[in-house]
Amino acid sequence: MGDLEELLRGTAAGERLPLARLLTAIENDAPGLRDLLPQLFAAGHGGHLVGITGPPGSGKSTLVNALTEEWRRRGRRVGIVAVDPSSPYTGGAIMGDRIRMMEHAADRDVFMRSMASRGELGGIASATWMAAAALDAAGYDPILIETVGAGQSEVEIARLAETTVVVEVPEMGDEVQAIKAGLLEVADLLVVNKGDRPGADLAARHLRAMLSTAGGRVGRKPPPIMVTTATSGEGVAALADAIEAHRSSARTPEQATARARNQVRRALADLALRRASAGPSWDVTVDAVAARELDPISAAERLLDEDAT
Amino acid sequence: MDDARSTPIRVLIAKPGLDGHDRGAKVLARGLRDEGFEVIYTGLRQTPEMIVDAAEQEDVDVIGMSILSGAHMALLPRVVELSKSRGMDDVLIAAGGIIPDADVAKLKASGIAEVFGPGTSIGQIAAYFREHARKRA
Repeated sequence: MGDLEELLRGTAAGERLPLARLLTAIENDAPGLRDLLPQLFAAGHGGHLVGITGPPGSGKSTLVNALTEEWRRRGRRVGIVAVDPSSPYTGGAIMGDRIRMMEHAADRDVFMRSMASRGELGGIASATWMAAAALDAAGYDPILIETVGAGQSEVEIARLAETTVVVEVPEMGDEVQAIKAGLLEVADLLVVNKGDRPGADLAARHLRAMLSTAGGRVGRKPPPIMVTTATSGEGVAALADAIEAHRSSARTPEQATARARNQVRRALADLALRRASAGPSWDVTVDAVAARELDPISAAERLLDEDAT
Repeated sequence: MDDARSTPIRVLIAKPGLDGHDRGAKVLARGLRDEGFEVIYTGLRQTPEMIVDAAEQEDVDVIGMSILSGAHMALLPRVVELSKSRGMDDVLIAAGGIIPDADVAKLKASGIAEVFGPGTSIGQIAAYFREHARKRA
C-alpha cells in the first residue's frame, strides 16, 4: 500500500498513481489515515469545490464531461469524484460515469475517480470530502463531485460543496415538484438539461416562477436557472461562467461558517456511529431494541454515554 | 468472501478495439456486481492508453478486457506493457471473449494472467479474481 505520507508527497508533486492510491486509502479508511488528515488539508490549494447532483438519467455525467471540456479550453485542471450507489445486499457496485468521460481519459490534466457509496457506516460524505481534499492537494481546480441525487446522503454530499448545481430534465413534473422540499432547495444553480427537448424553456419558466415566490427558499435568493444541452455543448460555457461567478459568493465568512458547520456535523455523526458500532455494547443494545426492551433513542444515548466514559 | 480483505475488489471492465457490441462485458459487469465487486465500466472502443489511464486513476485491482474482433494480439499485450511502465505491476490483467487457443499461450507469456473463453461462468471468473487480485492492507 505504501507509506501514506509518501503518497501525499507524490500527490502534491502532481503524480497520478500516488494520488490514485491515496484515494484508495481514503475509501478504505486505511490505518494511519486519521494521522495524515491535518497534512492533507494543509496541502490544499483552495480549488473550487462544485457539487453536481440530480435524478438518475438527468445527464449529470454528460454535463460533467461537457463542463470538463469547457474548463480544459480555459486551461484549468479538472478533478472529478463520481459517486455511485453500492448494493445494500452484496456490497457490489457498477460505476459507469467514465463511459461519458473517456475522451478525457488520456488528458493528464483531468483526473476522475469513481467511488461506490459503500453504505452509511463507511461515512460516504466524509470519504467524498477527503477525496476532494486529495484532489485539491494535487492542484485540481475546479473539483467536481457528481452524485446521484436520489437520497438524503447525496443531498448532504452536495451541501458540503461550495457551489451546488442541481440538474433536472424538462419532464421533471408539474409546478408542485418545484416547491417540494429537497434537492431544489439546496441548489445554488439550477440547470434544466436536455434543452433540445420540447418543453425545456417552459420547465425553466415554471421553476423560475415557483422558486421566486417567497415560500420557495426561506432567507435565500432564488438560484439562477439555466438551460443546457450537454450533448451539443449548448449553454455549457454560460453554466461554467455562472459556476465561477458563484465562487466568490460562496466564500463569504457567513457561507464558510455554514459549510464548516455542515462538515463538522457530518464528521461528528460519522465518528459517533463508527465508535459506537465498534464498541462492546453495540450488539447487546441493538438486540435490546429488537426485543422491545429499549427504545432506539435511549439505546443511542446509552452507547454515546458509554463511549464518553 | 476472502477473509484477507474487508474492502471490495475494484475491477475495470473494458472493451479494447472496434467491437460492435458489449453485451458480454455488461453481463459480466452486472454479474461481478452481484458477487460483491466494485465494477468500473468504460464502454466500447477503447485504446490501450485509455484503458490504462482509467485503471491508473481508479487504482483498480483487476483489469478485465473483453474482445471479440480478433485484434487481441495487437491490443492486449500493449495494456500489460503500459501498466508496467506506469508502475502498476501488481494489477491483475485478464481477458475474455473470442480468442483462439493458439493465441492463449502467447497472451499469457505477454503477461495476461488468464483468458476466459465462451462458456466460462461468472462464478469462475469471480473466484479467480478473488484468489489472484492483490491483497490490500
